[in-house]
Amino acid sequence: MTQSVVVQVGQCGNQIGCCFWDLALREHAAVNQKGIYDEAISSFFRNVDTRVSGDGGSISKGKICSLKARAVLIDMEEGVVNEILQGPLRDVFDSKQLITDISGSGNNWAVGHKVFGSLYQEQILEKLRKSAEQCDCLQCFFIIHSMGGGTGSGLGTFLLKVLEDEFPEVYRFVTSVYPSGEDDVITSPYNSILAMKELNEHADCVLPIDNQSLFDIISKINVMVNSEKLGKTVKPKSLVTSSAGALKKRHEKPFDAMNNIVANLLLSLTSSARFEGSLNMDLNEISMNLVPFPQLHYLVSSLTPLYTLADVNVPPRRLDQMFSDAFSKDYQLIRADPKHSLYLACALMVRGNVQISDLRRNIERLKPSLQFVSWNQEGWKTSLCSVPPVGHSHSLLALANNTCVKPTFMELRERFRRLYKKKAHLHHYLQVEGMEESCFTEAVSSLSALIQEYNQLDATKSMPVEDLPRLRVAV
Amino acid sequence: MSIVTVQLGQCGNQIGFEVFDTLFSDSHCSQGLCSKKENEAYQTSCKERFFNEQENGVLVARAVLVDMEPKVINQTLSKSAHSGRWKYDQCACFCQKQGSGNNWAYGYSVHGPRHEESIMNLIQKEVEKCDSLSGFFIIMSMAGGTGSGLGAFITQNLQDQYSNCLKMNQVIWPYGTGEVIVQNYNSILTLSHLYRCSHALLFHENDAIHKICSKLMNIRQISFKDINQVLAHQLGSMFQPTYSVEGSFHYRRNPLGDLMEHLVPHPEFKMLGVRNIPQMSENSLAYSTFTWAGLLKHLKQMLISNAKMEEDINWQVRAPLSGLSALGKMSFSKELHFNTSIANLVILRGKDVQSADLGGFKDPALYTSWLEPAHTFNVWKTQRAFNKYEKLATLVSNSQFLVKPLDMIVGKAWNMFASKAYIHQYTKFGIEEDDFLDSFTLLEQVIASYCNL
Repeated sequence: MTQSVVVQVGQCGNQIGCCFWDLALREHAAVNQKGIYDEAISSFFRNVDTRVSGDGGSISKGKICSLKARAVLIDMEEGVVNEILQGPLRDVFDSKQLITDISGSGNNWAVGHKVFGSLYQEQILEKLRKSAEQCDCLQCFFIIHSMGGGTGSGLGTFLLKVLEDEFPEVYRFVTSVYPSGEDDVITSPYNSILAMKELNEHADCVLPIDNQSLFDIISKINVMVNSEKLGKTVKPKSLVTSSAGALKKRHEKPFDAMNNIVANLLLSLTSSARFEGSLNMDLNEISMNLVPFPQLHYLVSSLTPLYTLADVNVPPRRLDQMFSDAFSKDYQLIRADPKHSLYLACALMVRGNVQISDLRRNIERLKPSLQFVSWNQEGWKTSLCSVPPVGHSHSLLALANNTCVKPTFMELRERFRRLYKKKAHLHHYLQVEGMEESCFTEAVSSLSALIQEYNQLDATKSMPVEDLPRLRVAV
Repeated sequence: MSIVTVQLGQCGNQIGFEVFDTLFSDSHCSQGLCSKKENEAYQTSCKERFFNEQENGVLVARAVLVDMEPKVINQTLSKSAHSGRWKYDQCACFCQKQGSGNNWAYGYSVHGPRHEESIMNLIQKEVEKCDSLSGFFIIMSMAGGTGSGLGAFITQNLQDQYSNCLKMNQVIWPYGTGEVIVQNYNSILTLSHLYRCSHALLFHENDAIHKICSKLMNIRQISFKDINQVLAHQLGSMFQPTYSVEGSFHYRRNPLGDLMEHLVPHPEFKMLGVRNIPQMSENSLAYSTFTWAGLLKHLKQMLISNAKMEEDINWQVRAPLSGLSALGKMSFSKELHFNTSIANLVILRGKDVQSADLGGFKDPALYTSWLEPAHTFNVWKTQRAFNKYEKLATLVSNSQFLVKPLDMIVGKAWNMFASKAYIHQYTKFGIEEDDFLDSFTLLEQVIASYCNL
């Protein structure tokens, strides 16, 4: 089986990463009751005998001794990483996996990308190589970062290029948290635009997330939990609703619940590659099926159900609701409405007690309400993983390569233009060595080119689907 | 003579398991409705074809398991070990760590050459265990990456290294929608390559079997296991022994050779399909009785109206009058959806097979005009009942039945190809636009040939 390495960059990246490792541990603990180090666990964890000093302690078989995350933690401040190291997850990481600085990137992409990039390039490479060496067959890097700040946005995207050069055959899946409209970082449009260019050029797949959507989803869950009718039936300890439940008693930070959703996204995305199922979906199948053209690699995701009831047998009606919800704009992890935009491709990754006939029935049911691009009228990819998420009987992750992601990019460009017109805060960027105004103009034209591609696809929406004249053969 | 099965990819391995399990449980079933002596001959013949007997009497499937990731093979091995009745040879497995990612090019151009030697060695070892080899049966899907891409590569290699042996590919036709997005590309690449190097392609369509599960087997929540069991039942009814001469207890020795001889008279036409009648859940079976005349009447109508199951029969379809010219026949078949055959084989199993009248299948109007009537139809029989069916008729047919689905797949792939979508994923591993064009050309030719029967 293959392994993946998580690279978490900046405050946001590390906070989400922290949730992810907590949930990943709990998931494997629930599935693997015997405590044997198996291939499923090995995809994200090393098994280490801590009594052996040095690097010789990795154990490939037998009982679990001590699990170490296949992760590299990068932040240019110490706060969040220190907190992780003092928290309950401290044993999952060791100091060899960390890169920190004390000065921070000051919400400046240029500082993260150019200054810290060149300063830490060697060190980052060394840690990445180390983590790669510890894998039997490294398939994928998961990069978690935010777009609006300095470190995640700047250094996080710097890292992408490093990975591409050093590990060209290993996939780069990026989870990017986009700033909401009322973001408190004033320079976030600059940072996001500059980061977008790097994502366009060096990522294999990007899963855009925005805080506002996560917040709305959390509110919806809270309403469900508090409403009297459902209050009794919602499982308080399911992974979505609880904060890092087993470890923390209550929501300590408002972001915890939101970060948990993103962590769940990564677990669901990789579940079919880690666990058995009747229709497997490996990570390399995601980009193969969902990325028709190299640039159009932004996938809108949704997770359903947000909560689940405690029944063992799946009653078909509720199961179908899970599929319907996955296409509703209220359940997307970014503000987007896939139903009213154009699909290039769609993947349904199902976990738990669901069979192929359930999948087929729902695809048939939902297909008429969705619009697919003319050359991919049947653009569905599906997978069935037999292991459900902890505390649920079934779940669904829908990934959509859909033009509905375009408004987010256009809004970003608009906010960038407003700021850039006044040249506000520009000097903070231009004083960084290697930054010129052309960096901004190139970044914005890269984004415009992407928007243009989506525009062209959208323009085909109202056209009738026609079969093209085929090759003729002499009989 | 023996058949060596090569099962490739998730689909091939899951189906392969069900096939061997069906073959085993059928040949060890006590409800064979025949004498002990005959049952023993049947068992021996089945064993010779598909199993190796270990010294301790345990049967080991004559199979090589190939996948590019370990999960499915591990699962398959443990399932067969748990069955406690037969097993796979642990040493006849080949798997890697990373799958082909639904990319035909990756399976064909990367995994293929890289693992050619190891896989061919495993196959050779299996071949050496056979006293005499009838040929290879290769189970694969055409939608994914490993079964399709690596499957095509391995079939080519078998053709190079065992040019005198027969190769039959069991190809799983994907659901029309919802399995793999690039399935039409993968399918046309697979089909065009197999058409060049395999002797016969036997097809099962997921959509058709899914429908059988829901309509005939009355399964509400259909799983892949259900689908694969129906498929295995059909394959079993085709491959289990039958008499070589009517009324004798001598079983046919060379199943693959005889199949090819009867069904593939011309290399341009090598697409085969299987139909069964009756097909129903075990519960209903207990309350049903059948006559051969009734079954065969329905089976014939299934053939000419191209129905995959009894429920889909269109009784309006009639064979053209025998006086019709070739051209007239063509327009006739188009108009009335009449399914013209090249060759048919009916396999009858169970009670009173001697009494069955197969005259209806011998009508020359059913067949293309360029083949001698004597070569168009054959029947195999055995009194031994199959898989608890008191009477069972299986039709293996080389006909126009796949023209429409093939035309659909080529059309969809062509539309996608025109937009150049996903092509970059293939060129990355050395499959260029020209390779696609070659595949399109070959398949358009196949479609045209079958259309003009």
